[in-house]
Amino acid sequence: MTNAAVTNTGASAALPQGLDGVVSDWSSDQRAFKNVPWGKAMMWIFLLSDTFIFSIFLLSYMTVRSSTTVPWPNPSEVFALEIGGVHLPLILIAIMTFVLISSSGTMAMAVRSGYQRHRKTTTILLLVTALLGASFVGMQAFEWTKLITEGVRPWGNPWGAPQFGSTFFMITGFHGTHVTIGVIFLIIVARKVWRGDYDRGTAGFFTSRKGNYESVEIMGLYWHFVDLVWVFIFALFYLW
Amino acid sequence: MAQATAQVESVSDSLDHEGQEHPIKLYLVVWGWLFVLSTFSYLVDYFNFEGYLRWSLILLFMMLKAGLIVAVFMHMAWERLALAYAILLPPVLVLVFVVIMTLESDYTLWLRTIFFGIS
Repeated sequence: MTNAAVTNTGASAALPQGLDGVVSDWSSDQRAFKNVPWGKAMMWIFLLSDTFIFSIFLLSYMTVRSSTTVPWPNPSEVFALEIGGVHLPLILIAIMTFVLISSSGTMAMAVRSGYQRHRKTTTILLLVTALLGASFVGMQAFEWTKLITEGVRPWGNPWGAPQFGSTFFMITGFHGTHVTIGVIFLIIVARKVWRGDYDRGTAGFFTSRKGNYESVEIMGLYWHFVDLVWVFIFALFYLW
Repeated sequence: MAQATAQVESVSDSLDHEGQEHPIKLYLVVWGWLFVLSTFSYLVDYFNFEGYLRWSLILLFMMLKAGLIVAVFMHMAWERLALAYAILLPPVLVLVFVVIMTLESDYTLWLRTIFFGIS
């Protein structure tokens, strides 16, 4: 009778680590993702679903490529460029890869300086990230224009298997769309950082929730994911 | 009261942030490695490696780059295992799908070769 019900006040002791931690987190009858703001957990779950979308694209590309009896166009030659009279295979794609990796680097540093409340540095780093992302999209537009003028269509191309065009436009098109959306969101987040929304905890116009610098990290997760997808596209579509 | 609430919030804020501020040197080192690994993948194409050597090198550099991005840039290395497993294990199942579609496309290719007489 004298025993009061044991209630969890939330001020619990240190959480268990390792596999014990996994079991206790998932069976805690509370939120499963401790230490993580809900927005971050939801971004990760969204990215997981996006992973499946891109996996399916790359899988369908694998399937059509390995089942066609017509030779596959050589990406190394298709994406080659003449720069200053020198023939460089795949050079544009390599430059795009370096640009996107650099944007990931500046994004990671933006997240860091955000948590350190360096407003100006964070804004600049976010804008540099957006600029690199925009130049990536620009190079992709150049690449699409070049291929379309050379006669690549979703239903055929001058060099071989017609599926080359459909998978190319679908995969790089979806990735380019992701980059474009990322650039728009980067500019929105940069503006909020610059205004000091995350220092004052200004409510966001869409969710009306208090803003804080976790938003920059969540934005970063999306941006790194875009870079991550490009790693797979670069390896499996361009280099294979 | 309001002050107390604010204090509690700022404490929980700082708890949430714990462990996600890493030295800038770490990011720069990872950035550098991503550059090096991308250069290696490009060189695989540039030097025209063929066959299993090409494919294994491409996949190796791809997985190393993906691992660096997820672990360090996306901070997965410092998250609790409950989150890491929830996010990282499901994509592994895609490999089952890869096996299924490899068998399927082999079959399609076999049919096309047999019935259309192309080799």
